[in-house]
Amino acid sequence: MEKFAKLFTEIGKLWAKYGGSYLMGIRNTLILALAATAIGCIIGFVCGILNTIPCSKNDSLPKRILLRLVRIVVRVYVEVFRGTPMVLQAVFIYYGLPYFTDNAVNFSSIWLAALVVVSVNTGAYMAESVRGGIISIDPGQTEGAKAIGMTHVQTMLNVILPQALRNIMPQIGNNFIINVKDTSVMFIIGFPDFFAAHRAAVGASYLYFPSATVEMIGYLCMTLLASLLLRWVEKRLDGSSDYELVQGDPLVMTAGTYAHPDRGTPFDERSKEFQAQQASDKKHRERTQQELTHGRTRGER
Amino acid sequence: MAECILQVNHLSKTFGNHQVLRDIDFTVSKGDVTSVIGASGSGKSTLLRCINLLETPTSGEILYHGENVAARGFKAPKYRSHVGMVFQSFNLFNNMTVLENCITGQVKVLRRSREEAREHAMKYLEKVGMAPYINARPRQISGGQKQRVAIARALAMDPEVLLFDEPTSALDPEMVGEVLGVMRSLADDGMTMLVVTHEMAFARDVSNHVVYMNNGVICEEGAPAQLFGSPQKQETRDFLSRFRNN
Repeated sequence: MEKFAKLFTEIGKLWAKYGGSYLMGIRNTLILALAATAIGCIIGFVCGILNTIPCSKNDSLPKRILLRLVRIVVRVYVEVFRGTPMVLQAVFIYYGLPYFTDNAVNFSSIWLAALVVVSVNTGAYMAESVRGGIISIDPGQTEGAKAIGMTHVQTMLNVILPQALRNIMPQIGNNFIINVKDTSVMFIIGFPDFFAAHRAAVGASYLYFPSATVEMIGYLCMTLLASLLLRWVEKRLDGSSDYELVQGDPLVMTAGTYAHPDRGTPFDERSKEFQAQQASDKKHRERTQQELTHGRTRGER
Repeated sequence: MAECILQVNHLSKTFGNHQVLRDIDFTVSKGDVTSVIGASGSGKSTLLRCINLLETPTSGEILYHGENVAARGFKAPKYRSHVGMVFQSFNLFNNMTVLENCITGQVKVLRRSREEAREHAMKYLEKVGMAPYINARPRQISGGQKQRVAIARALAMDPEVLLFDEPTSALDPEMVGEVLGVMRSLADDGMTMLVVTHEMAFARDVSNHVVYMNNGVICEEGAPAQLFGSPQKQETRDFLSRFRNN
């Protein structure tokens, strides 16, 4: 028990001194993980689409060669970045560029270097996830879209990818959580993330275990929060499980009519139909009023 | 003689070393309702899919208003937008509502405005009796309803020909009726249709031309009265007798 008491007091001491740098680390970790996951997803989607462009014998020779080349490039990219540790990739890119160019080309900021490494890494994993997501969609969906004349890109953007995105949402979440934790290896190029804060703190205080406890709790909180958020997003993507029938009778205002807000309902005061009705009513009233005071303008006279 | 829309000449299709279609010749003229009948595996569906270029024919040509669409380098999407297709498994877009299913093609392919596309879609959804369900998603409606939406989706593109690939085979008997009813009314409106079907009553009563396929070739074709009344070939008689018995 007194061990725990000791731990708490030491954590308290650490927090009092390095709390700011821990919080800064958390902020940096989250920003890097979020940005890198987003960029990685985009890379993944592009690779996934490139990988699934259909190639038929009817296509011209240059197109077929180009497609082959693109697929080889994507394949090499995926295999290389999936098959090497991210720590080494970071070192390789961050120190490799100046090494080869005699310091002519440098990463202007550690942020940029870290973002590139983590994004490209995530992209390699996402490329395969996206490919899986696209394959998992019933081929009938593609046929249905093709049959109404959509091109490959239109089919992908409007029909396949929205469905694939829903299916790979758990994968994206996985990647985000992995990134939250794995950005810790970016300390190797001096990125100031949450783990770097730990290294700085123990370097000065030698409180290894208490600081590690802070790290553990911190990372767990971040990933739990991420899980919760992702579940919520998935629920949103699924949409409502109910739908409303749109009644033929215009006097019955169903909820379905709200699906077309630009059109409005007959009862909506901003609706064009309602305004037109109002205008004609008003005209009619004015006419009647005039007729009552001045007599009819047509007919009897 | 009505204007000829589709003309299929010497069409063949092989999958590996299995020849599915052999030297198919036939034409579809404006206003024709052609039924393609035959046993499973006789190549009916493949023929239809070749016409819509969902399968690439191995040899032969498919002329659409005189232009060979099976030629190398032909731009399929534009052609496909003139030739509607209704599938056995409906193939409605699962990520969209009923109404969006019918609008998307018009907006993306025909470049209509959303408002125009909506009105157009509603016209056909009303025709197939699905107007109240415009906010439903495909997973929420029944098979017959899905197929009616699929027909509305195809019609909303204003196709010249409508291809039906066994539109009622995945439906239970009650739903078959509602879909056939819609198809019947389309035929009455003068829509050009090519229907692969196992519904002999539909082939006999609605179509004006029936094609019987057997083992990848057109075995016999003619007016329904003639083909069903006095089939010339033994294979046709055998095939039809199986249906008469039940």
